[in-house]
Amino acid sequence: MKRFVVKHLLFLLLTLFAVSFLVFTLNEFSPGAVARKILGAYATQEQVDLLTTQMGLDRPVLVRYVDYLGALASGDLGYSTRFKLPVRDVIFKHLANTALLAALAFACIVPLSTVLGVVAGMREASRLDRAILMFSTVVASIPEFALGVFLASVFVVWLGWLPGTATLLAGGGWSVAAQLVLPVAVIVLFDSGYVVSMIRASMVEVMQRPYIRTAVLKGLPFRSVILRHALRNAMLTPVTVIMLQINYLIAGVVVVETVFAYPGFGRMMLEAALFKDIALIEAGALVAVFLAVVTNILGDLAYMLLDPRIRA
Amino acid sequence: MSTPIAAGTLSASSPAASRGRTLRRWRRRIALLGESTPATVGIVLILAWVALALLAPLIAPYPPNANDMAALAHTTPSRAHWLGADHLGRDILSRILWGARPVLVIAPLAVLGAAVLGSLLGLAAGYYGRWIDLVITRACDIVLSFPVIILYMIILAHFGSSAWNIIGVLTLTKAPIIARIVRGMTLDLREREYVAAAKMRGESALYIMLVEILPNARGPLVVDMCLRTGYNVIIIGALGFLGIGLPPPDPDWGGMVKDTYGMMMVWPHMALFPCAAISSLVVGFNLLAVGLRELGLRD
Repeated sequence: MKRFVVKHLLFLLLTLFAVSFLVFTLNEFSPGAVARKILGAYATQEQVDLLTTQMGLDRPVLVRYVDYLGALASGDLGYSTRFKLPVRDVIFKHLANTALLAALAFACIVPLSTVLGVVAGMREASRLDRAILMFSTVVASIPEFALGVFLASVFVVWLGWLPGTATLLAGGGWSVAAQLVLPVAVIVLFDSGYVVSMIRASMVEVMQRPYIRTAVLKGLPFRSVILRHALRNAMLTPVTVIMLQINYLIAGVVVVETVFAYPGFGRMMLEAALFKDIALIEAGALVAVFLAVVTNILGDLAYMLLDPRIRA
Repeated sequence: MSTPIAAGTLSASSPAASRGRTLRRWRRRIALLGESTPATVGIVLILAWVALALLAPLIAPYPPNANDMAALAHTTPSRAHWLGADHLGRDILSRILWGARPVLVIAPLAVLGAAVLGSLLGLAAGYYGRWIDLVITRACDIVLSFPVIILYMIILAHFGSSAWNIIGVLTLTKAPIIARIVRGMTLDLREREYVAAAKMRGESALYIMLVEILPNARGPLVVDMCLRTGYNVIIIGALGFLGIGLPPPDPDWGGMVKDTYGMMMVWPHMALFPCAAISSLVVGFNLLAVGLRELGLRD
């Protein structure tokens, strides 16, 4: 257990170093470019040169990278040229918004896909199984922006029940709760399609094991065979998959956020990338990778706790 | 390449007979595919889009970028514009037909690139083991731990987006997944007798990996490549939607939605039709993958 944690923390550090170095060199390899990006296309070459010397950008990349790491360690993430605010404030505000979206979606995805996946997988090739499999395949095939457009055309354009944007601002006469319905619905549909098929596959495999047949032949009611014997084993593999969804929910929902103009982390990163807001891109990439690796570790941990065979 | 002996010369039968056998095997496989409803529907959808894309110059009623000013007054579907016109008076049907072309080239090319790169990495990692395995696995883990869409945004915003950049980025981010699958299979396959026999014959490592091991790992790879192609279509659409996909004005499904979804309250058809087009293509690839897995064509 201790070895596991140490090993994974080392990997986390290695990944963070690798990513920060790659993103840093990608953005700042050519010294003049950084000042140019900060000042914009209309600054004169002299102004660019001046800022380059002022910021010490004419030093080698490696020296500047070490400097950058030092600043990071002291909690200074830099200044966002896009939002005209310290990067720290920008990132955590947007991250909190996305966390709200992700938490709501996660709270729907887990029970919904567990029930559908288990019900489908317990009787493979039954009519119900076929229906659920087809439904999850089709739903997972529709890109998020298309799903957003389809749902919006029904509930916003046609029925007029819900707002088409989720800016989280009170203006427009829609409550925040009403604004959140469509974005959450799109994420839940798109993502549970994938999770359902993983849980179903795992359940199908478990149902073919000898101990399930023994339990059935022993005369146990089907219900308790499923609940007491199959479920725990069938949930082993999907737990990792489910934990990995947190990663998608936080960093991967750019498209949904863009469809509904939601002020979240993904859209912030898109704006930063399009605006060449270097400090924000670098810090955002680190945060995204940190979250990704940590959820990965939590997934492995959950797997270990559930499966007594690898608990050491 | 150190594989001067082609695989065919190793078998005792004549090339013609072996060709006949391959033909029969393929015919049997295709007949088998017909027995699975998802696979059939999937193949029909994919082939329909391939045909439409190929025939686009012949069947598209208008040039994809031509503005019909008269249509601007009346953009909804009509006899002149079957699926209506967009906010610039361009025929939506023609743009959807032409827009099928870039997707159907980029998505499979990127999958192929990822399959080649991923297979080589996975084979090397699984076959050699030790530090080569460690380096490759760790590098793959790092790429995989990165939320891909954010990686695309950073790279494409930095280098600009062109078809080749999109293919490159998709290849690099999908290769680790394939490498992981191939590595797992190689670990298992390298202990087989026929690999030992090939080693004893003095075959080169490259020959053993490519001719003895890889063909036996192809089953799961085929299913995965099919799924991967569908995902690539989604990503290409999403990149277009985010404004970092193929550059305008040439039609691109995601870009068409991006330009028009803001006008949904007034003209929902402008965004709905391209959305339906991309969804049906991805459904096709994913149904085919479901069918392939069901039929166990993995052998």
